[in-house]
This record gives sequence, structure tokens and C-alpha cells, in this order.
Amino acid sequence: MTDARQGLTGLLDTEAIRKDFPILDRTVRDGKKIVYLDSAATSQKPRQVLDALNTYYERHNANVHRGVYTIAEEATALYEGARDKVAAFINAPSRDEVIFTKNASESLNLVANMLGWADEPYRVDRDTEIVTTEMEHHSNIVPWQLLSQRTGAKLKWFGITDDGRLDLSNIDEIITEKTKIVSFTLVSNILGTVNPVEQIIRRAQQVGALVCIDASQAAPHMVLDVQALQADFVAFTGHKMVGPTGIGVLWGRQELLEDLPPFLGGGEMIETVSMHSSTYAPAPHKFEAGTPPIAQAVGLGAAVDYLSAIGMENIHRHEQAITEYAVKRLLDVPGLRIIGPATAEDRGATISFTLGDIHPHDVGQVLDEMGICVRVGHHCARPVCLRYGIPATTRASFYLYSTPAEVDALVDGLEHVRNFFG
Amino acid sequence: MKLDSMYQEVILDHYKHPHGRGLRDGDAEVHHVNPTCGDEITLRVKYDGETIADVSYEGQGCSISQASASVLNELLVGKELPEAQKIQAAFLELMQSKGQLEPDEAMEEVLEDAVAFAGVSKYPARVKCALLSWMAWKDATAKALSEGKTA
Repeated sequence: MTDARQGLTGLLDTEAIRKDFPILDRTVRDGKKIVYLDSAATSQKPRQVLDALNTYYERHNANVHRGVYTIAEEATALYEGARDKVAAFINAPSRDEVIFTKNASESLNLVANMLGWADEPYRVDRDTEIVTTEMEHHSNIVPWQLLSQRTGAKLKWFGITDDGRLDLSNIDEIITEKTKIVSFTLVSNILGTVNPVEQIIRRAQQVGALVCIDASQAAPHMVLDVQALQADFVAFTGHKMVGPTGIGVLWGRQELLEDLPPFLGGGEMIETVSMHSSTYAPAPHKFEAGTPPIAQAVGLGAAVDYLSAIGMENIHRHEQAITEYAVKRLLDVPGLRIIGPATAEDRGATISFTLGDIHPHDVGQVLDEMGICVRVGHHCARPVCLRYGIPATTRASFYLYSTPAEVDALVDGLEHVRNFFG
Repeated sequence: MKLDSMYQEVILDHYKHPHGRGLRDGDAEVHHVNPTCGDEITLRVKYDGETIADVSYEGQGCSISQASASVLNELLVGKELPEAQKIQAAFLELMQSKGQLEPDEAMEEVLEDAVAFAGVSKYPARVKCALLSWMAWKDATAKALSEGKTA
């Protein structure tokens, strides 16, 4: 196994990085150190992020955009400072295009509801069509199903090929003059596939459809440049990119955010209110009703600083090396079938697989006994499981703190699983 | 090793050699899923008056859910409904015990092979797997009763 590890290039100094993540020293099940391979579900948090949360609450806690006293101004500056950091991280042309939400699901629901209540030319109604894909997380399927049911718009989707790629062979029939919005994932949370954004966006632009990208599995792992992507909306969540839970982001093009109506009403999102009607604050505040997740935004700002200091390109290169190694080693496990691309090409560091006819629950349980944390189930992407005729998969996902030794631990663990149920 | 407390020999035996698997004629049919993991079961009950003539099932799931359905079939077929309900209640109590309940002789007499699932109750994520078929059976029985198929 050490032979296979030789020649791995581009790895980060994980020994140093892992010191930043206190939980990685945790032991479970009678002293076994955890091998955390579930970063696609949520990432672990470095001390820098935990400290930022603590410092915020211990030193600066106050509501934002209201008080004139010192700590209220500090809280506002920290919250808005986090917006600046996120805007820079995704190369947004303007900080006002960054809306804080509670997670990616809320971001995607926000887009669906903006369009459901919009006037022409954005309005989604019974004469229009919505396009998504069979590869999506439920959070990028259900909001569109709801919008379709409530407006009468037709929901269409791209299928998946046998090797885990989007089937774009019928792109001109799926995306048509009737299409108002195309929403798809940049990186699949179950298959690991990195999707061909350009081709989809080109077709959407031809017909004048808006494009929304779910970047939940991309933002933590690669350079995310919203200007280069050329989409209209980009959604992602903080907790998968070493940030806290409870904070998500929706980036949207400024002119759209100006034109589109708010969804949630309340404090903070208004300009003036009378009992008859109200006028709204400009974006992003128009879309941030109520007291926002302040500490969580500050934590996300710290997360962005942490990732940027290491460098998203370096993180991506590290994960590519780990993925290539993991794919190679996993394919040598008897009975193991990778669900998704079986090469490291155009794929992220998330690998789903089945192991003979041993149910993923049983795989995960035996691995847990060895301290190995993997996700088992349908990964909130049940249509993908249906597509491949399987009830569930076991999924290992890697991040900047993952090591080749952890891949080895997984492979050894799977050997143990096979013996146990053999 | 702790794993053995969950994966008792009895459970693995039922998993590898399930009793009564496959769908047969029934008075009522239900389909239950465990949304967190995608386990599914289709289950039918057949009554002969008060007596459970058959419990047939088909589905996909982990060893715990499959073995549990097999044990259910072995335990309940041939029993009178009140007794079966007593067994079901005892199994539910055991599974909800969070590993705190040490099955005594009286419980072993009621639950037979099903006491092997005591270890599973220590693993909250797996309790639903063990209960899937039992909840389906309860539901199917209620359906059969409401349709007046049993005496």
C-alpha cells in the first residue's frame, strides 16, 4: 500500500492542518481515533473559526444595523465584514450581491420563491418550464417541485449516464424557449461528478433562461468565481466549508436582485412601513428579514480567511491527489462498485460505492466500530439511487485534512466488513 | 467486541436465511419506508379468523431490518391476534430501551429469537431498522381489521 502512495503529489501539510481541528484527535469506541470521511455532509471546524465565534459572543455581541453604541457598531462591522470576505472569496462584482441565508436549501428556496412571485419577464407560470437534473440533492429538486405545483409550470430534468455524468444529449429539447430557470449542481453530493457548466449556461443564455447553480459541494473544494461561471444565482452553505452551521449564501446578479421581489418579510428588509404598505431596503437586505445569523456569518468570514490562507487551488490539488489514490485503492477491493465516475477526472473528493450485496448500513456500522465515519443511505439524492437501482450507497468524502493513511484505514475497514458478513 | 452485541449469530442467521420472504396472498398490504436510509418493505397479512395465517413480505434493507422481518414471520405466523399484539408490544419496549433493558426469562419466553435484538437498542440510528417490519405489520393488521377481514 505504501507503494501506491508513492508518487502522490500536491498533498498539503496535513500534519500541520490537522492541529487546527481539535475534533480530529477525538477517540470513539474504546480509544479509536476517528477517521472522518464525511466532509460532504459537514466539514470539521478549525480552532480559528471556533475562536471567532467565541470572541464574537464574548466581546461584540449586539444586534446589527440598529444600535448606535460601540458594541452594536462592532457587531455590524463584523457581520458586514463577513459579507466583504465572502464577496471577495467568490469574486463577486459587488458585496451587495451576497445574501446571507441559513443554508443552501434556504438559498435555493429563496430563488424559487423570488421567481414564483416575480413580474414579467421573470415570472414562472403555467406557460413556462423549469429545468433541473436527476443528479440533484433534494434541496435542488423539492423547491422546484413546489414552484411547479403552485404555478403550473412544467418541471423537466436532465438524466444521468451509466458512468455518472449528466446526459446532455437532448439539451435542446430540455432547455427551450419556454424555460425560465435552469438549476443544477456544480458538483454532485453523491456521485462526485463535476458538471459541464459552460455547455448548460450557453444553451440557457440562447433561450434567455436564468441559471441557478448549487455550489454546496464546490465552494469548499475549488476556486469559485461567480463571474467566470456566468450564472445568475449561486447557492452554497457555510458548514461544509469549515464554517459553522446556520449560515448559507445566495449570490445573485445585482440587476436581478433589484428587480425581483422579496420572499420573507419582516424587520431589517424594509425602508418604510405603514399599516397600508411598505417599501423595501435595497439588496441584500431586502432578502434578509429578521435578525440574521450574526455569529454564524462572522464564523463563515473566519472560515473563508482560513481557506484563503491555505489557498483554494492548493486545497483542490490536495483533494485531487487523495481522490486519485482513493479511487485506485477502492477499485482493488473485491466486490466494490463505484457509483459515479470511476476515475479521478472531472470529479470531486466524494466517492459513493456499494460492496457486494452488503447493505450500506451494515458497512457503516462495522466501520464505526473502527472509528471510521462514513455516510450511508441515499444522501438526500434518492433519484440517483433509483436511477442505478440501488437502495443506498456508502459514501466516503475527503477534505483538506484528509490523508492517504485515512484512505488506507477505509480500505482495511472494508476488508473487515467483508470478513464480518462473508 | 461490541459489534457482536448488535450482530448476534441469531440475527446474522435470519439475515442469511430469511423465513417467509416473498409476497403471497393477503387480506391487506402496506408499504413502509425508512426515509433516513431508504430501507423499504412491502408486507401483507393473511388472517384466518383471529389467527395469523401468514405474514409475507418483500423489501430491501440492512441485515437488521431483514433479520427483523424474518423473526417477525417466524414468531407471529400461527399466533392469535391478541398474543401477537403482546409480542409486538414487548419487542417495541425492548427496542426503545436504549440498551437499558436486560431481557428476563419472562421476556425471553415472549420474544424468543427476537431478544437477540436487545443489543441493537443501544444504537439509536438502527432502532428504526429493527422496527420497520413490526410497524408495517401493525399497520397492515389495522388495515385488515378495518376492512373486516378478521373475525
